[in-house]
Amino acid sequence: MSNVPVETATAEIVVNQSPTRFQGFWRSFRKKKPALYSFYFVLLLILTMLFGPSVVPYDPALPDYNKVLESPSAEHIFGTDEYGRDILSRLAVGARISLSVSVSAVLIGMIVGTILGLISGFFGKWVDKAIMRVCDVLFAFPDLILAIGIVAILGPGLKNVVIAVSFFSIPSFARIVRGATLEVKEMLFVEAAKSIGASNTRIIWKHILPETVPTIIVYFTMKVGTAILAAASLSFLGLGAEPSSPDWGAMLSMSRDYIDSAFHLVFFPGLIIFLTVLAFNLLGDGLRDILDPKTKD
Amino acid sequence: MWQYILKRVLSLIPLLLVVSFVIFMFIHLIPGDPARLMAGKDATYEEVQAVRVHLGLDKPLLEQYVLYLKDLLSGNLGYSIKSGAPVADLVAERIWPTLGLTFMSIIWALIVGMLIGVISAVFRNKWPDHLGMLIAVSGISLPNFWVGLVLIQLFSVKLGILPTGGATDWKSYILPSFALGAGIMAMIARFTRSSMVNSLKQDYIRTGRSKGLGGRQIVFGHALKNSLIPVVTVAGLQFGFLLGGSVVVETVFSFPGLGRLLIDSIQFRDYPVVQAEILLFSLQFILVNMLVDIVYSFLNPKIRYE
Repeated sequence: MSNVPVETATAEIVVNQSPTRFQGFWRSFRKKKPALYSFYFVLLLILTMLFGPSVVPYDPALPDYNKVLESPSAEHIFGTDEYGRDILSRLAVGARISLSVSVSAVLIGMIVGTILGLISGFFGKWVDKAIMRVCDVLFAFPDLILAIGIVAILGPGLKNVVIAVSFFSIPSFARIVRGATLEVKEMLFVEAAKSIGASNTRIIWKHILPETVPTIIVYFTMKVGTAILAAASLSFLGLGAEPSSPDWGAMLSMSRDYIDSAFHLVFFPGLIIFLTVLAFNLLGDGLRDILDPKTKD
Repeated sequence: MWQYILKRVLSLIPLLLVVSFVIFMFIHLIPGDPARLMAGKDATYEEVQAVRVHLGLDKPLLEQYVLYLKDLLSGNLGYSIKSGAPVADLVAERIWPTLGLTFMSIIWALIVGMLIGVISAVFRNKWPDHLGMLIAVSGISLPNFWVGLVLIQLFSVKLGILPTGGATDWKSYILPSFALGAGIMAMIARFTRSSMVNSLKQDYIRTGRSKGLGGRQIVFGHALKNSLIPVVTVAGLQFGFLLGGSVVVETVFSFPGLGRLLIDSIQFRDYPVVQAEILLFSLQFILVNMLVDIVYSFLNPKIRYE
C-alpha cells in the first residue's frame, strides 16, 4: 500500500522534469552560436523597426546644409549625406521600410505557396500536375528578372516590389510544401484520420499542415534574406522605393554619385544590408539543423 | 541516351509556348492603353493609333499571339520605340559583353568555390572549415551592387589600377565579374564541401587509404572527382542567379550589356525591348537548365531511367 504514493510522486517528478517541445528546441538552438547571435541581431532589428523612428538622435528627413557630406564623427557616427541628414538615423528609420517590404513579400509568397503545395501534394493527379506546371512556368524566369518584369508592368513603387518579390517566392514554397505533404500523407495518423471519416479540409489543416510547419519556418527565414537582397536591388535600380526615402537600397543608389568624395554614404547602407541578410541566412541554417535536418545541404 | 535527350528537348515545347504566351501578354498587362503609354503623354490620337497599328495591337488577341510567334521564329523581335531600330540588332550588340561577363564570373567562382569547399571538407570542423564556411555564407549574403561599389572605390578610385566601368578591354571585365560571381562562388563552396564530406566517407576512400595512397591523391584523384557531379549541376542551376545579377552589376559598372539595356528600356518605357529581353533571359535560363539535366543524365545514368 505504501508503495503507491511513492511511485506516483516519482512519476510526477519525471513528468515535471521532461522539457517541453519549445524548451528542447531552445536548448539545441542555444548551442548554435552563429544562429543564436543572428537571432539577437534580428531581434534588435525588429526593435529598431518598432521604436527606431522615436529614438533616433536626428530627424532623418530634415536637411542641415551646414553639415553636408560629413565623415563619421562622435556627433554623427555614420556621417551625414548630401543634404546633411544623419545616416544612422536614416538607416534606423529605413529598417522599417526595408524589412517590412521583404517580410511581407515572403509572407504572401509563403501563404499562397503553402496553400498550393498542400493542395498539390494532397490531391495529386491532375490538380498536382496543373499546379506544378504553373510553378514550372514561374521557375522558367530567373528570380530577379521575373521581379523586374513585374515591376516594369505595374510601375515602380514599394507596393509593386512586394508583389514582384512575393511572386517569385510562391513556386519555391509550393514545391517544398508539396514534397513535405507527399511524405506526411503516407503516415499512419493521416490514414487513421481518413478511416474515421475526417474531411479532406480537416486532414490538410489539422494533420498535414502542422507537420510541414518546421520546414516552412526554416525556408521562410532563409527566403527573407533573399527577399531583402531582391528588394534592395530593385530600389537600387530605381524600380522600388522613392529615391529620397530612407530605404536601404534607395540610399545606396543615391550614394553612387559620391563614391569618390564621401565613401561612407556607400559603405554603411551596404554594410547594414549585408549584416541583415547574413543574420537571416545564419538563423535559417541554425533552424534547419534543428527543425529540418534531412534537408541540410 | 539519345532517346532521353530527345524526350527532354520535346518536353520543352509546351513550356516554351506557355512562357512565350506569358511574355507576349506582357504588353497587354500594362495598366492603361499600351499604345497611349508608348506614344507618350502628349501624343495626338493619330499618333497613338499609328503606334497601335505598328505594334499590331489593333488585331484580335489570338491573332496577335500567332503573329508574335511567327515573328519570333523568323528572328524578328520587333522595333524599339525609342530608336526605331530592330530589337534583334540592339540585343545582338549587347549579348556578347554579357556572355563574356557571365562566363568569366562562373569560371572564377568555380575555381575559388571548389578550392574553398575542398579545404573545408578536408579540415572538417577545424578552423579552415569554419573560415571557409564563413566566407561562403558571407558571399551569399553580400549585395552584389555594394560589392561592385566597394571594388570601384578600392581599385579604381584609390589605387587607380582598374577602370570604373565600360567594356573596352579585358581589364574592364575584372571588377564586374568579381562582383557578379561572389554569390555563386559561395554556393559552389558550400555544395563542394557537403559533396566532398559525403565522398570522403565512402568505402572506396577507405580502400584507397588502406592501399597506401597519399592524401593528395585521395582528395583530388578520388573524392573530388566523384563530388564534381552535384557541384557542376549546382553551378549550372545557379545560372539564373547570374542573369539576374548581371542586370544590377552592369548598372553599377555602366557595362554595355543586356542587363543595362533592360533597365534603360524600362526607364524609357521601350516595351518591345523589355519584352524581348525578358524572353531572351528566360530562354537562356531554360536552355541552360536543360543542358544541365542532359549533362547530369550523362554523368549519372540512373536519372535517365527515372
